[in-house]
Amino acid sequence: MIAALIIVFREVFEAGLIIGIVLAVTRTVPHRNQWIAGGVLAGILAACVVAIFAGALSNLFAGMGQELFNAAILSLAVVMLTWHNVWMARHGKELAGELWAAGRAVVEGSKSLLALAIVVGVAVLREGSEVVLFLYGVMAGGSDSGLSVALGGFIGLVLGALVCMLTYFGLVKIPTRALFATTTILIALLAAGMAAQAAAFLEKANWLTALDNVVWDSGWLLSDSSLPGKALHTLIGYTDQPTAMQLVVYIAVLAVTFALMRLYGAPAKTVTPAPAE
Amino acid sequence: MSFSCTLPKLTTFAAIALISIAATGAARAQSATEIQLSYKDKKFDPAEISAAANTPIVIKLKNLDAKAMEFESKTLKVEKVVAGSSDATINVRAQKPGRYEFFDEYNEKVARGALVVK
Repeated sequence: MIAALIIVFREVFEAGLIIGIVLAVTRTVPHRNQWIAGGVLAGILAACVVAIFAGALSNLFAGMGQELFNAAILSLAVVMLTWHNVWMARHGKELAGELWAAGRAVVEGSKSLLALAIVVGVAVLREGSEVVLFLYGVMAGGSDSGLSVALGGFIGLVLGALVCMLTYFGLVKIPTRALFATTTILIALLAAGMAAQAAAFLEKANWLTALDNVVWDSGWLLSDSSLPGKALHTLIGYTDQPTAMQLVVYIAVLAVTFALMRLYGAPAKTVTPAPAE
Repeated sequence: MSFSCTLPKLTTFAAIALISIAATGAARAQSATEIQLSYKDKKFDPAEISAAANTPIVIKLKNLDAKAMEFESKTLKVEKVVAGSSDATINVRAQKPGRYEFFDEYNEKVARGALVVK
């Protein structure tokens, strides 16, 4: 039971953190619960499909299907997160103000929600397919008691939901004025971290071989497989042995995000002065 | 503002990066050490494999069990799901000498093995 609990918790932990952040980011947006729940459900369904076709997926691209699939969905999440940040730079003020009540703003808002729902779906999908395969294997094998494994898995899931709630309530405690800046930075770091992970998958698939030297090894200080290391891995993309390429990709995504926010972020006409950064 | 002039630089940088990837990609793949490994009844066979230091390694893993397994090594930075009764290719980057443990994440306590790099 404990083994099942640990495995399930390890997998849902990352998704829990990401969903918690997305919930905090969209806290003032109407209908956000349906969108995020939809993202979670779509993620679970997709995880089951991926689990069923795990063998076929692996065999694609000379055995590197899994790595490339992970890189692709991570890249999709990076685009969605970046797009959300740029969108918020332009519409953030409307969102806080009365303009939000206007119909157009709601329509615009659902575009941003769709982007974040996709991010949630990707987070659930990535970790979920492993949980599905594990639980299915245990159920089919029948060596352990199915009930105790199911119970362990369920507790693991509850603990994951707890991580999600702690993240959410921790973030919404931040005053509204500071929350926007905080979540913008959090999302930019999340996107950069995911992009570096995507680069790592491409390196594993041998599709990316340039700059593949390990720049530092901080495993002695904080292993990225420990719980705090894993949390930092999800939040800011921490890894204890980054390659030069991962660092380049990380910095490039941050630079592009803030450049795009500057370029497209300025609203056409605002009376209020720009908020201090 | 200051960001707008960094964009062309970024584009140039990306272009250089892509060209160097294409140039080095083919050369790297050939020099890898290939190791055969099989997995049955929650056991790796052989339980210990070895490879030369500073050379990329390719592990060809056959999962002979009907159930899926997840090949994982924290020190080698590898995590790969292998479906039941199927094969997987795992690329490992060149390593320093040392002992690197791997395991099946779904049976972490019993299903363990190690790669010794000399």
